[in-house]
Amino acid sequence: MPLVSPEIFAKQKIAALQDYSLLSWRAVTNIFSRPRYWPDIFTQMDYIGFGSLPIVVLTGFFTGCVLALQSATSLQQFGAVSMTGNLVALSMVKELGPVLTGLMLSGRNASGMASELGSMKVTEQIDAMRALGTDPIRKLVTPRLYATVFMLFFLTIIADVVGIAGGAIVSVGLLGLSPSSYLHNSYRALVYGDVVQGLAKPIFSGFIIATVGCYFGLKTKGGTQGVGRSTTQAVVVSSVFIIIVDFIVSRAMIGIFGR
Amino acid sequence: MPADLLNSNRSPNWNDAGPSEPVVVYEDVSIAFDLKPVLENISFTVQRGETRIILGPAGTGKSVLMKLANGLLCPDSGTIRVFGEEITAMREKDIYKLRSRIGMVFQESALFDSLSVEDNVAYRLHEDHVPEDEIHKRVVEALKFVELEQAINKFPSELSGGMRRRVSIARAIISHPDLILYDSPTGGLDPITSTTIIELVVKQRDVSHATALLITHRLQDAFALARNRFNKETGRMELIPDGGIEDSTRFLVLNEGKIVFDGNTEELVRTTDPWLQEYIS
Repeated sequence: MPLVSPEIFAKQKIAALQDYSLLSWRAVTNIFSRPRYWPDIFTQMDYIGFGSLPIVVLTGFFTGCVLALQSATSLQQFGAVSMTGNLVALSMVKELGPVLTGLMLSGRNASGMASELGSMKVTEQIDAMRALGTDPIRKLVTPRLYATVFMLFFLTIIADVVGIAGGAIVSVGLLGLSPSSYLHNSYRALVYGDVVQGLAKPIFSGFIIATVGCYFGLKTKGGTQGVGRSTTQAVVVSSVFIIIVDFIVSRAMIGIFGR
Repeated sequence: MPADLLNSNRSPNWNDAGPSEPVVVYEDVSIAFDLKPVLENISFTVQRGETRIILGPAGTGKSVLMKLANGLLCPDSGTIRVFGEEITAMREKDIYKLRSRIGMVFQESALFDSLSVEDNVAYRLHEDHVPEDEIHKRVVEALKFVELEQAINKFPSELSGGMRRRVSIARAIISHPDLILYDSPTGGLDPITSTTIIELVVKQRDVSHATALLITHRLQDAFALARNRFNKETGRMELIPDGGIEDSTRFLVLNEGKIVFDGNTEELVRTTDPWLQEYIS
């Protein structure tokens, strides 16, 4: 990597932040004016939502399973194995469900968006789109943004449910807990604020995945090597952003709901 | 020959530029990338119905010059007027409307690889919500014009380089634009396919009389454009008799980001500039 002066480095980063902010703003506001590309939104929902279902279900299920196993080991020391359902439900709904689903979608879809848009950029298809009178942000970024935010919300709910189910199977099958006790504890553990916290996070994660993936895709330079670089950057940056924003949202929600 | 393309129904908007007004005007245009000047103080005009051939060695800013004409790039200084409208002062949103009157053929075709040939050619019509029946009819006509109607259901990956270039031309002309930008339409093609592409450009020029900017670094293509005309009866390109030259074809030669020649074919051939003499020899 070539060394640049701190001044140029700072200018580059500020310019990148400005470009990202403008792209995000336009991607969000485009939905309020014509033309709207509904077929593209539904296509992206299918690809992002249904396409990601297997990995989200598998990740959620086995996370719930391992959570039950690990927490039972610790709870056993206090004679509180029956509280496993409580711990699994709280962890899945508040933290692991939203974050792991976000990270899974980041790996699958932020990379997909960056590589698809990056390939279009280096083969002049983005310029061709502009030359044909279509705004690429409206046509390519806005559908991906709304589809990701909408589908990630529901994918997170699915991950939470299968995670709790996975925990139930382990608790009943391996730890010998009664199903009703597990589910009762899980249900009682959750309050309104926990659910709001767990469902607010995927909205932010979805926004980050789509905007970061599309930003790096549209900024691609340097042929196929550039596409590879953009893809890697999109996954790394979106994953880090998801975790940072998760902390900020958690702190804000604890401030609002007190837990 | 598709009647629709022969009897071009383009509707020039004379309100923004009269018939005698130039279609494209560059005034003192400069642009630099990463502080390196690419184009410096470029000024020229393109009249209505004119085919302007842009020549020059590789890396002299020809493609940049063309992308400035439809607002794909914005100059650092100077003004560009297209159809009488100052494109350099327009918002991107307004430029999209202006681009509906400009067709562009890209250097590497730039076809949408996830769309079929039919959907690629019909792209602009779909955006304009033209009825499906009408779209199919016009796509077939455009593909007949480039003699590629058999490839309508294929995907770009199934086409050769020359076929992709022809599909790209069909996509550019389907909306009957008033200005067509050809960015190296023969670049990277074998001589026979290049001649086919040049024949299509001549056909489009003589059939629709649209204004055009064409980049090439193949001098034989440039002179073929100047010395040939399209014969509607035979449906083929032929040499203008008695060594005649097409009046509407003019040249612009760039070197190191600056204009070194702006004139017609005869002036280019009779140039006394040593660099230009060597370049065209």
